[in-house]
Amino acid sequence: MSVLSTHDQKNSANRKLMGWLLGLTLVMLGLSFAAVPLYDLFCRVTGFSGTTQVADANPKGTIAREMGVRFDATVSPGLPLRVVPARVETDPMGTVRTVVYRATNMSNEPLGTTASFNVAPLTTGGYFNKIECFCFSEQFLEPYETVEMPVTYFVDPDLDLDDTLHTIRQITLSYTFHAL
Amino acid sequence: MAQAQAELAHDNHGTPTGWKRWFYSTNHKDIGTLYLYFAIFAGVIGGALSGFMRWELAEPGIQIFPGLAQLVYGVSADASIDAGKHMFNVFTTAHGLIMVFFVVMPAVIGGFGNWFVPLMIGAPDMAFPRMNNISFWLLPSALLLLLISLFMEGPPGAMGSGGGWTVYPPYATAGQPGPAVDFVILSIHIAGASSILGAINFITTIFNMRAPGMTMFKMPLFPWAVLVTAFLLLIALPVLAGAITMLLTDRNFGTAFFDPAGGGDPILYQHLFWFFGHPEVYIMILPGFGMISHIISTFSRKPIFGYLAMVYAMIAIGAVGFIVWAHHMYTSGISLDTQRYFVAATMIIAVPTGVKIFSWIATMWGGSIRFTTPMLWAIGFIFLFTVGGVTGVVLANAGADRALHDTYYVVAHFHYVLSLGAVFTIFAGWYYWFPKMYGVMYNEFLGKLHFWIMFIGVNLIFFPQHFLGLAGMPRRYIDYPDAYTFWNSVSSWGYVVTIVGMFVFLVAMIDAWSRKRKAADNPWGEGATTLEWTLSSPPPYHQFENLPRFK
Repeated sequence: MSVLSTHDQKNSANRKLMGWLLGLTLVMLGLSFAAVPLYDLFCRVTGFSGTTQVADANPKGTIAREMGVRFDATVSPGLPLRVVPARVETDPMGTVRTVVYRATNMSNEPLGTTASFNVAPLTTGGYFNKIECFCFSEQFLEPYETVEMPVTYFVDPDLDLDDTLHTIRQITLSYTFHAL
Repeated sequence: MAQAQAELAHDNHGTPTGWKRWFYSTNHKDIGTLYLYFAIFAGVIGGALSGFMRWELAEPGIQIFPGLAQLVYGVSADASIDAGKHMFNVFTTAHGLIMVFFVVMPAVIGGFGNWFVPLMIGAPDMAFPRMNNISFWLLPSALLLLLISLFMEGPPGAMGSGGGWTVYPPYATAGQPGPAVDFVILSIHIAGASSILGAINFITTIFNMRAPGMTMFKMPLFPWAVLVTAFLLLIALPVLAGAITMLLTDRNFGTAFFDPAGGGDPILYQHLFWFFGHPEVYIMILPGFGMISHIISTFSRKPIFGYLAMVYAMIAIGAVGFIVWAHHMYTSGISLDTQRYFVAATMIIAVPTGVKIFSWIATMWGGSIRFTTPMLWAIGFIFLFTVGGVTGVVLANAGADRALHDTYYVVAHFHYVLSLGAVFTIFAGWYYWFPKMYGVMYNEFLGKLHFWIMFIGVNLIFFPQHFLGLAGMPRRYIDYPDAYTFWNSVSSWGYVVTIVGMFVFLVAMIDAWSRKRKAADNPWGEGATTLEWTLSSPPPYHQFENLPRFK
């Protein structure tokens, strides 16, 4: 009799521990999915992975060091869109500038597109501020329509204080256009 | 009444026979045996896949795989070059997945863990014997799914998943629309579920079922190693499961976790994968650390040097293993400060690992060493694992990794710690516990011959790959420039030598089972002090019905 009862006690202790361990497993599974919004937030806050920042205006003024900004556009395979990026702009850091991308719908169907974006070197993402960008919204183009898509940006002068970016003279702002 | 039922149950406690013994098995020793045979079976497949790769790479140009693709997939001669190139990548992918999930993990955790954790802690069986059964039987179905994936369409017009064992998007999502990748993902899911259930079983067994008097810090090092491994499994595997589930929904249900067009980021997959992937390499080696400790101690006839330091070193390796994952991702554009952190954290792992290496050497120091077969494998392991550890410290440097990322230097590094490290621990454990598991003695000469041929063979395979990597040869290609010919041919000859070694292993096993030399309960003498040596060889079907008292 006593043998059986210790056996039952052992069993319930085992089951209890199994419950905790299953709980740990489920917590880790949950955390892996929680990583998706957290990673997104982390990138937006820190500029990780070349994620650009959003600002209303440049409160910090300009400094003498100049920074070139190159513009780049890539279109997803199969999307009948032609995009001509703006040319290189070299300004003292902190200058607010607006450039224009021109996109043409090359098909006889209406077309919707969004653009994903980042900057290279990826570590400059935290210093690259956009005040206005076509990439914030979806774009719709009529057949063979050409639209001008403005980007207003400035490079945060604090970049000059980052000793890992002393050698950087140019930043590339890159867009990839996807079908909606 | 209850007493009567217990008596009745006790009478039915005999050894089940026939197929039911294995399919319905709830006995930890039978399940351990199943795991070991499964690992050997999968090892033959995984080893054969690498044989074809070494054959192809024996000389520059594309020789073997186009013909193989015609033979296996029936592609036309015109299309066979492209099909062959993809097939090479499919082979590397399958080789990696099989060796990780279906050879090393089942052998060291499921096989030796099931066999010897209950014996060493003085338990009658595992805590959840029926869960143990399902843990094992999930594995053959997972392997079957992986093998089926080889014959499913991957990229348009080609068979199998060829993106490497890491299954990175976007190639695993947009690049290979066919069902092959889905089969691979489901296979990993099931193998992962098997390991998670096994891990829960081991932790519960070790926490709750130790013999009276065996406190945690009197427990032998092998159960400690399995305990740390089981926690790593529980924390790391669900993250992999989450990541590949996202991959699956990205592929089939229109989500965009890793698709930039929908706001996702493929780099996130790499972070999730390596959060699993780095602890995974410790999962494969930690049980081996435990086995090596026992073998070194037994054949030096000394207690292990620095028992407590060995335990804490394993815990430290396990813990630090979770915060170094981005050293696999130095070239993915992470910031300089992030790289600085991961370089430092990665190098710190060399400290507890060094503690273990030095403790093994200190155990041998002044001992009365006997160079039996398991001892040769154990010393061979220490040497080769140290070589792999040194190249690991080289690769930990983000600066050096710029040049060495995805070259054969990395291939050489992880084969030194896994193929020569983990696999040597498997053979060491196999020869060490062979008389205990089967009650028969192997032939020492054949065992030593197996060791020496294999030792020479694997070093011939992998040492030249350091040179190839330093010279810039990238991994995962079917062809290479003529400049790399010499060391590639040496490497391929090394494979031939290794095959001869495996043949000697086969002969040694046939010899052992046909001669049936009776093994003593403790064939290793006074150095072997753990509880399994107090039992008969082979141990009774049910042991410790009266729990042993541990002083």
